[in-house]
Amino acid sequence: MSIHEQYAEDLALYALGTLQGEDRVAIEKHLEECPSCRRELEQYRGDMALLALSTGGPRPPSKARQRLMDAVAREPRRAAVPRTRRWGIWIPSLAAAVLAVLVVFFWRANAELRSDLASLTSRSAERETELQKTREIVATLTATDAMNVTLVAAKSPPQPQGKVMYVKDRASLIFLASNIPAAPEHKAYELWLIPMKGAPIPAGMFLPDSAGSAMILNPPIPSGMEAKTFAITLEPEKGSATPTMPIVMIGTS
Amino acid sequence: MAGAEPNQARSDAAVVSAIRDGDESGMAELYDRYSGIVYSVALRVLADTGAAEDILQEVFMQLWRNPGLFDSSRGNLGPWLAVIARNRAIDGLRKRRNETDIEDVVISVEPDLASEAARSAAMSKVRTVLGGMAAGQRKALEMAYFEGLSHSEIATKTGEPLGTIKTRIRNGLLMLRKAFEG
Repeated sequence: MSIHEQYAEDLALYALGTLQGEDRVAIEKHLEECPSCRRELEQYRGDMALLALSTGGPRPPSKARQRLMDAVAREPRRAAVPRTRRWGIWIPSLAAAVLAVLVVFFWRANAELRSDLASLTSRSAERETELQKTREIVATLTATDAMNVTLVAAKSPPQPQGKVMYVKDRASLIFLASNIPAAPEHKAYELWLIPMKGAPIPAGMFLPDSAGSAMILNPPIPSGMEAKTFAITLEPEKGSATPTMPIVMIGTS
Repeated sequence: MAGAEPNQARSDAAVVSAIRDGDESGMAELYDRYSGIVYSVALRVLADTGAAEDILQEVFMQLWRNPGLFDSSRGNLGPWLAVIARNRAIDGLRKRRNETDIEDVVISVEPDLASEAARSAAMSKVRTVLGGMAAGQRKALEMAYFEGLSHSEIATKTGEPLGTIKTRIRNGLLMLRKAFEG
């Protein structure tokens, strides 16, 4: 393997977590571009694991095992395989709760929707669609790995508030906002997912209703995007490919 | 019982897969396999049994909460847990926020430490390598690894040049690697 010798010693220190300042920045930049040095970093971590073995001897007290198993029992996780059966258990109560939230929201947003919702429940095909949406929303709301991000106004009193629930692996995002001022004429708000690396990703447009409420459900975003920050900007009604400054609201987990 | 392993022990990957499905007994299995490594490295760093137990609990609970963090195609579980425990213990020692992004910890190491015999043999070999190192080299390596000291901090403490410290640390790690190659 060919590694870059000028980085070799710093790479060992980086693996140990003791490299700081400019040297660390330089190594991290180099690692982004150099597979050989990334491989060498993995090797150094392997060497570190070996060094851990030199400490072998003392075993944890037996109560530590019980403490762990008690904690595990207190946090039962949903099994991945029997998902269908689990949904069968979850859906009646959670779906009802989420549907209730949605009904209230849409009721406030548009009075017509209330009557539409009554007819929706009588049409099985449409009900199935709603149920599917509810499944996704429930999955996001109940996911243990969901990010919960609260966005607040950047420069004004904290009445306007937005909340993002985001599960990167499913590319599932729910955004709820309240007390949002009306957008200027021909403008709309746009939510942005700002990833750890790369350009901001559009995550849906919205206009608040008369009460200042707004919602975005599962906008088309690529799956697996690690989000660093969420932000909101004012954009032309049709939306923008890149955010227009200034940022109106911003939030980090 | 801690340390007990069935004759037909499941592979780490199989146990982690079971944990993904919510199998609590899988956690007991992995605890019996690797709690010794995790606890002893945390104890060596922190010199505090209570704090070491906290690291032990934290590392295994992270695995339980998110077993997807460990990717068996990217390394063996035992070494992965050992490095995470060491890094978390160093973060605790230096009273800093956890700097270790677990998803980024990819490890390449031999041997697989899943069996008690493999762990004992590897432990013995590591101690032999460390015992064969020059005192200055071993000291620099241990100060970096178990105390989390930077090369400049080690240079200040030992009075050795910075470059010497860097070289000793790197070569010390390479000596360990070489002992397990081939």
